[in-house]
Amino acid sequence: MATRHDTAAPPAKEGGAAPGRPAPVPTEAEQRHRARLSRRWQRDKRWSPYAFVSPFFLLFLAFGLFPLVYTGWASLHQVELTAPTDMEWVGMRNYTRIFDDDFFWNAAKNTLTIGIISTVPQLLMAMGLAHILNYKLRASTFYRVAMLAPYATSIAAASLVFVLLFGRDYGMINWALHFVGIDAIDWQNDKWPSQFAVSSIVIWRWTGYNALIYLAAMQAIPQDLYESAALDGASRWKQFLHVTLPSLRPTILFTVVVSTIGASQVFGEPLLFDANKGASGGAEHQFQTLGLYLYEQGWVNQHLGRASAIAWTMFLILIVIGIVNYVISRRLRASS
Amino acid sequence: MRARTRTTRRVVVLAAVASLGAGLLAGCADDGNDDASDGSSSGSGKGKTTITLGLFGTMGFKEAGLYAEYEKLHPDIKIAENVTERNENYYPALVNHLTTNSGLMDIQAIEVGNIAEVVATQAAKFEDMSKVSGVDKSKWLDWKWSQGTTKDGQTIALGTDIGPMALCYRKDLFEAAGLPTDRTEVGKLWAGDWNKFVATGEQYKEKAKAGTFFMDSPGGLINAILSSEKEKFYDSSGEIIYKTNPAVKAAFDLTAKAAEEGLVQAQTQFQQSWDTTIANSKFATIACPPWMLGTIKGKAKAEDAGKWDVAVAPKSGNWGGSFLGVPKSGKHVKEAEAFITWLTAPEQQAKLFKVQGSFPSAPSAYTMPEVTGAKNDMTGDSPIGTVFSEAAKTAPVQVIGPKDQIIQQGLTDNGVILVTKGKSAAEAWKTATKTIDNNLDK
Repeated sequence: MATRHDTAAPPAKEGGAAPGRPAPVPTEAEQRHRARLSRRWQRDKRWSPYAFVSPFFLLFLAFGLFPLVYTGWASLHQVELTAPTDMEWVGMRNYTRIFDDDFFWNAAKNTLTIGIISTVPQLLMAMGLAHILNYKLRASTFYRVAMLAPYATSIAAASLVFVLLFGRDYGMINWALHFVGIDAIDWQNDKWPSQFAVSSIVIWRWTGYNALIYLAAMQAIPQDLYESAALDGASRWKQFLHVTLPSLRPTILFTVVVSTIGASQVFGEPLLFDANKGASGGAEHQFQTLGLYLYEQGWVNQHLGRASAIAWTMFLILIVIGIVNYVISRRLRASS
Repeated sequence: MRARTRTTRRVVVLAAVASLGAGLLAGCADDGNDDASDGSSSGSGKGKTTITLGLFGTMGFKEAGLYAEYEKLHPDIKIAENVTERNENYYPALVNHLTTNSGLMDIQAIEVGNIAEVVATQAAKFEDMSKVSGVDKSKWLDWKWSQGTTKDGQTIALGTDIGPMALCYRKDLFEAAGLPTDRTEVGKLWAGDWNKFVATGEQYKEKAKAGTFFMDSPGGLINAILSSEKEKFYDSSGEIIYKTNPAVKAAFDLTAKAAEEGLVQAQTQFQQSWDTTIANSKFATIACPPWMLGTIKGKAKAEDAGKWDVAVAPKSGNWGGSFLGVPKSGKHVKEAEAFITWLTAPEQQAKLFKVQGSFPSAPSAYTMPEVTGAKNDMTGDSPIGTVFSEAAKTAPVQVIGPKDQIIQQGLTDNGVILVTKGKSAAEAWKTATKTIDNNLDK
């Protein structure tokens, strides 16, 4: 950024019509001034980039790294929210107890099942929607914007509406089901219905988002691939299977990774799904996710040390998931 | 010329970076103080002192016109409140602010469910209200005063309202089921024993109007029984005894029995569908502190006005109530102390009851016309003030502990509610105790 082109005059060409100008001799003061400027530019050139990236790293240090390290430190102590500075060293006890903490493993299992029930249909539906949107449609921009509307809605507002829909006694879904002869389902208190209901909020929110990602990738697929496939007599379905899907592979991997991370952190939807029981995730903890359990231990029961240990365990689990994803994606890339 | 523009640009960029950085730092420095922004700064211009209150829910001081009255009496004082809707959100923030000693209002409200924990762990952060001039211990009910006082005799907070519990019942549903409707007769049905109350429920069910239940929720029933016990989750030495206390187990089993027999509806209080249940008149009784009448009034349909009445509970208890304390780190400690001394005086408590239904914790208010003459749309001409005064005077001095709320919530939300889902009482007890033990364990 600090290059200057106007400091030196262009050298006079030899053999020009005008006699060669003698190079202007800079005075000593001018030379010093130039040298100073030059040093400043050097410094500028060298350090400015760091200044420009520094806000991110300062932010990361303050709100990313420090909490991470401090949480790790707190997880080795017994510490209560009522006196956070009053820490008592307990070593790995907070971690070892997780191994026989039924509530933790219950939450882990719920996170996994809710993750599967929400992610798999979500991505399949997103793919289908993207495929449809990829056709020539009237008012396609409208549909694309509409896809993104749920994503733009706040979790709180969406969850509250879903709670009303899934109500046992006065909910619209049970009301609709009774016409087809299905008895009232207690969406909040029964295990699978409640997990399905929580997943449906997640699905509703994220399907459009993923569909737009798929759509963007689909539009980057060269049209002549489809033309030649059509010439070879491939049906629409065959085209989808043998042209669209392989071209989307990297995008699919991306959405799978992002959705997995999202699913392992599901928090707002189950928290608000049963506002009264809050962080316990239902009467039998039937939809308590890891995020909720962490919140319950730290902020409801005020056991910050335990909560920190849970947070770190979750972090480690996420790293494992990340590695697994990485390995799978490398295998896939190698095989293609 | 070009060099100059570049320098200018650089200055602009540097300024931008600097201001961003400053913004960040300011952001950090401000942390925890945000909610104080609407008035914790001293004085609003004309040399007035602004006292700030941190409250939860609708405590009703403002609605009852008490701020305006005090400002009129003290022209140099201005009062601003900062209300968090739910105590579940208010309390963790309060604990955070207390432990970090930042972001506190001049006056902080404390719910009765949390008072024991605040007294036990945060007393050093509060002014001793018993030493403030004009504060007279004898004006309060003894147990209310002692709940806000440490073992060393430091009173960290003054009592506002209490929740003496009676039973609200639907006269029309009682009549349809062949039960008496007069409030003294109804009280006699179950006087002295919660088992009789459940027995009345069985009687009710025999001839009940189709689709109705005797009581609203298992949580409401177990809460009512437990709040009439002298000792529930802690003994007087501060030990947790909830699992071995026969009174707790008996309350649990009695509630489970009522749930099994279908006397209580499978509802959780204060949820949407519970609200709708009130509106649809699906249940005949509800455990009823004075503030519950306000809730009923808010949820019930207008045509149900006058169909409710209030009878004495089998045993009197207390459900709810709050305290006001002055944190030492507040900016206007003296003014705040003077203000809550006035605000919690019997006269003001009586005014608050008249407008908001928050029942006074000062017995001398019980004879004031605001209390004796109180009426509620839902209960028609019933002298509700008298019924609740009776309950307030006979409620036991209950031992409350720091983790009462966690235990109570476990018994209700992870316990008796399961019986309505077809679990046995033993299974429900197991789930509840397992949950509670895990939550209590550090």
